[in-house]
Amino acid sequence: MAWARGFASFLYDFVVGDDPAIAVAVVLALGLTSLLAAWWVLPPAVIGVLTWSLVRATRS
Amino acid sequence: MTRDVLLFATVFVACLVEGVEALTIVLAAGMTRGWRSAFAGMGVALALLAAIVAVLGPALTALPIDRLRLVVGGLLLVFGLQWLRKAILRASGFKALHDEEAIFTAELAAAREAGREPRGIDGYGFTVSFKGVLLEGLEVAFIVVTFGSNQHNVPLAALAGGAAVLAVAAAGLVVHAPLRRVPENTLKFAVGVMLTSFGIFWGAEGAGAHWPGGDAAILLLVAGTLASSLGLAAVMRRRHSQRPAESAVPARAT
Repeated sequence: MAWARGFASFLYDFVVGDDPAIAVAVVLALGLTSLLAAWWVLPPAVIGVLTWSLVRATRS
Repeated sequence: MTRDVLLFATVFVACLVEGVEALTIVLAAGMTRGWRSAFAGMGVALALLAAIVAVLGPALTALPIDRLRLVVGGLLLVFGLQWLRKAILRASGFKALHDEEAIFTAELAAAREAGREPRGIDGYGFTVSFKGVLLEGLEVAFIVVTFGSNQHNVPLAALAGGAAVLAVAAAGLVVHAPLRRVPENTLKFAVGVMLTSFGIFWGAEGAGAHWPGGDAAILLLVAGTLASSLGLAAVMRRRHSQRPAESAVPARAT
């Protein structure tokens, strides 16, 4: 059980990394892209989430 | 053709960066615990990574293309944004640059403190080398499998990874020290841009969107992501320089 928990934690850190909000935002943006079938949703969403993540990471 | 070139270049550079980090660990283990142990650990890790790519690559390629692109595109996007975020934080001074020399010194000290087994394969040296190569290599295996399966060209991606491993190994044999002069953060920045751009392209396609201009859109996405990221790095660098002196870390250009 401890091994499984450790592996799950490793997988989470590996894929999601330091900021889980990025993963959540990407899922939401992909969902919106799917709903609208619109290519123009992801690019600004990605730049937006990167900017937001950087600002949060560097707030004193 | 464009996609194949970009696939090869991205996987090669990503593997180069991770290879440099793995080399530091293998060198430290080899110099203190014996080369046989270090190379044995490295060899087992590389074999395991090759097996992961050999099994997962074809398995992913067998999935319906839209579902594959949506899931893999999304994963690449999350992964790429993490790389880009860290590279921008390092470039702007908010995060320390990866210092291969310092890591090498720390690994040497830890290995010397661990004592020595009398004969045969040294367990500590084997484990340190195995873990270092496996952990650094997993990121590359992930990129090889995701890029390769989306392009239906896992062999090309694996070839790029293999070429980078050979290049790092050759450099390590010649220099016989950590590769300090490799501009790691610049390379990580570039890989982050590529992973993010391809993640956007494939993720959107998997979600049912159609890019105007087809494959040409990838080049525009790369250019746009690069320009935005350079702009963000410049803004963050200025923000860092305006902070109080005690929180300053020397900022480096990307």
